[in-house]
Amino acid sequence: MKNKLHDMPIYMDYSATTPVDPRVAKKMIPYITEDFGNPASRSHPYGWAAEKAVENARREIALLVNADPKEIVWTSGATESNNLAIKGASNFYSKKGKHIITLATEHKAVIDAVRECERVGYEATFLEPEPNGLLDIEKFKSTIRPDTVLVSVMLVNNEIGVIQDITAIGNICRENNVIFHVDAAQATGKVKIDLEKLPVDLMSFSAHKTYGPKGVGALYVRRKPRIRIEPQIHGGGHERGMRSGTLAPHQIVGMGEAFRIAREEMDEENNRIKNLQTKLLKGLTEIEETYVNGDLEKRVPHNLNISFNYVEGESLIMAIKDIAVSSGSACTSASLEPSYVLRALGRSDELAHSSIRFSIGRFTTESDVEFTIALLKEKIGKLRELSPLWEMYKDGVDLEKVEWAEH
Amino acid sequence: MAYSDKVLDHYENPRNVGSFDKNDSNVGTGMVGAPACGDVMKLQIKMGSNGIIEDAKFKTYGCGSAIASSSLVTEWLKGKSLDQAAEIKNSAIAEELALPPVKIHCSVLAEDAIKAAVKDLKSKQK
Amino acid sequence: MIYFDNNATTALHPEVLKEMLPFLTSQQGNPASNHTFGRKAHTALEEAREKVAASVNAHPSQVIFTSSGTESNNTIINGIAKAYSNSHFGYSSIEHPCISEPIKSLVSQGYKISEIPVDSNGIFNVSSISDKTKKSLTFLSVMMANNETGVIQNIAEIADWSKKNTIQFHTDAVQALGKIKVDFEALDIDAMTISSHKIYGPQGVAALIVNKKIDIIPYMQGGGQEKGLRSGTENIAAIIGFGKACERSSQNLVEFKENIGRLRLILEKALLAIGAIIFCENSNRLSNTTFFSFKNIDGSTLLTALDRKGFAIASGSACSSNSSEPSHVLLSMGVDLDLAQGALRISLGLESTEGEVNGFIDTLKDEVDRLRQMAAVAA
Repeated sequence: MKNKLHDMPIYMDYSATTPVDPRVAKKMIPYITEDFGNPASRSHPYGWAAEKAVENARREIALLVNADPKEIVWTSGATESNNLAIKGASNFYSKKGKHIITLATEHKAVIDAVRECERVGYEATFLEPEPNGLLDIEKFKSTIRPDTVLVSVMLVNNEIGVIQDITAIGNICRENNVIFHVDAAQATGKVKIDLEKLPVDLMSFSAHKTYGPKGVGALYVRRKPRIRIEPQIHGGGHERGMRSGTLAPHQIVGMGEAFRIAREEMDEENNRIKNLQTKLLKGLTEIEETYVNGDLEKRVPHNLNISFNYVEGESLIMAIKDIAVSSGSACTSASLEPSYVLRALGRSDELAHSSIRFSIGRFTTESDVEFTIALLKEKIGKLRELSPLWEMYKDGVDLEKVEWAEH
Repeated sequence: MAYSDKVLDHYENPRNVGSFDKNDSNVGTGMVGAPACGDVMKLQIKMGSNGIIEDAKFKTYGCGSAIASSSLVTEWLKGKSLDQAAEIKNSAIAEELALPPVKIHCSVLAEDAIKAAVKDLKSKQK
Repeated sequence: MIYFDNNATTALHPEVLKEMLPFLTSQQGNPASNHTFGRKAHTALEEAREKVAASVNAHPSQVIFTSSGTESNNTIINGIAKAYSNSHFGYSSIEHPCISEPIKSLVSQGYKISEIPVDSNGIFNVSSISDKTKKSLTFLSVMMANNETGVIQNIAEIADWSKKNTIQFHTDAVQALGKIKVDFEALDIDAMTISSHKIYGPQGVAALIVNKKIDIIPYMQGGGQEKGLRSGTENIAAIIGFGKACERSSQNLVEFKENIGRLRLILEKALLAIGAIIFCENSNRLSNTTFFSFKNIDGSTLLTALDRKGFAIASGSACSSNSSEPSHVLLSMGVDLDLAQGALRISLGLESTEGEVNGFIDTLKDEVDRLRQMAAVAA
């Protein structure tokens, strides 16, 4: 089966990165050509124009999440935001204690930042979610200790798309006087975020997951009540001392425009994408022995993560190279390790290995989805014909009871 | 991961896919690997009355290199005696397919599968 | 508007923009993704890395992409601090705050630090490091060329001295790259910072060049990009632009040496004629930079007047120009507070023309005359 419509594969990897929306690119270009000033230059209009553009963009970020522009700090991306939030807050409030709670299914940037805190003397609890990927609130509650200083939970999971109950988790944090950080890199433009109401102290954002450019992100730092963080980069004192370094106006402008579009078009777009997801789900689950990873209800419409039993992951990826998808998260897909997120859900190594993340978005069409379904049906069939495990399964052999010659 | 043209060819057009009756006394079956490791290879050889392997079939659950390794050896096995078959070395498979270092284990698995199939057949012949 | 603030940031070169555009507008993958889109992005990333490495004669594997010069400098300092707990950090008194601030922030963690003064010509001499400091010093950072005065340090000599005393050496070459020859390998130094937006590349990207002899522990953890030293999805479009800007930067060297140097000569001759004091006038300086002041003329008034007449210039460095603090560089050279407070910086660029410089001189003469007359009236 050949994909005749494109010379590039069909892009179904929106959770790894999104294309830049043409409207965003159009808005960015003047800021790399004529309006190129350094926003920190206060002595001439080049600097002022850049600064004004930066502040307009800051307002757009704030508007999407119902925050005050003063609560938005620019960073180079969600990885930096997560590192700044986790290390910055836990350092600043270390007098309260040195215990951090997070989820085993967080993005690497959170997991590894917390691990770094462990290295310098903090203690961390990595909570396992329920098999549907969601955090059990009671279980979470019982993990909080008097010396818990920070909790970090992502709003939307990058691999399985599940949406955590941030309100419930945040309320428990408030009751226990614990700083609450939320990684919302995968959430903007997909779920409504109202920081006036949400009990969240720090929230990380990324531009390139929401049709903006790579290399820019933001951190929300609550002002009422005021949350303090220790800066991780020192220098010119940009971003009210919280994050030094020359800002790149064109990238910031791009993020602002991307978030404006997200705010204005989110509802309509989500309806459309939900329809595509339903279609994709129906088509793919017609294939025997498929398992959807993560809760289907509390989930963004942009994500479907499915394990195909009795086929091996790498050969599967190779077979479906006419679509661009990922197995596990993009940041780790170069390695052969099965997804740690799926393993945390209790999936076997085999099912974790043979999982595919389909992530769809603004430019996904119905025919893309139809093509994907047809491709998967054909290729899974072919691989299973090759698979001794499939043959055994069909012969009624219980694979659990087979003694494998492990090597 | 960049695959060699030979791996791609065997992967796209695998040779000798299928199964023989494993209870046939002229059929030797070797099944190696484990699902948890990401590869399971089932290799079968069928011996003619002259003691020469006249046919070979395989099924493989594994990456493209594992599929290619097993597909390749089914071609190599035909026309060999059991002792000649057992002589096939993983390094020859790896070299023929230009496997990268991280995929060498696929060729090792294929060698193991041949040995297991030969052993199975010899035990049936006794 | 005439732009004379090229040490703050430069306009993107059209050739750089051309290389970047496809990466901003068409479908782009995440370089970590294992599909066609991801691999294309990855290939482009590595090509850009080669160009950056070639421009400073380093090996591509020594190049770590970051988001800014500030981040590069923080990465080396914090990274060294974490990897070598007994570090003693030395830095020159004229370093950019993104060197001095991260070093100062280490004091609370128990690290020893030493600020080493420059002489009245803005020049750093290893002889000014006391024997006592020398004994315990483990790390030294001295910028290759100063952003305010333009003074170029003798990095080869300082690096050599550092090596003899087994001191890790880093240089901030952000202002030097593209204006003078920068050769990482020949200098034989441990680490160096360079930045894109000072060499007609885009903002939002820079690099830290590190040799393999030193360990650094990253300050940011995550997906393990840049060999684990700088996690975070790579800023592809900007990195592509940086690569192109680096590739072009060697062409600029001639331009800086000849044309821009000639323009500055015209400028400085006229400045001296109307009574300006040019800082570090007789030191080896970048050919595009003039840092000057007039006795008894308020710098900020002059700056505003020049701005109104259409000239974008700076007072000290951009990062600190939102404060009315006098230049720390001048103060550390022993310049009088009054004179330091009035300091203005002109930094010429590739697009600067003789006409622009002459226009500026005429305007400056008028404004200085006007301000002097007003001062005379007031007196």
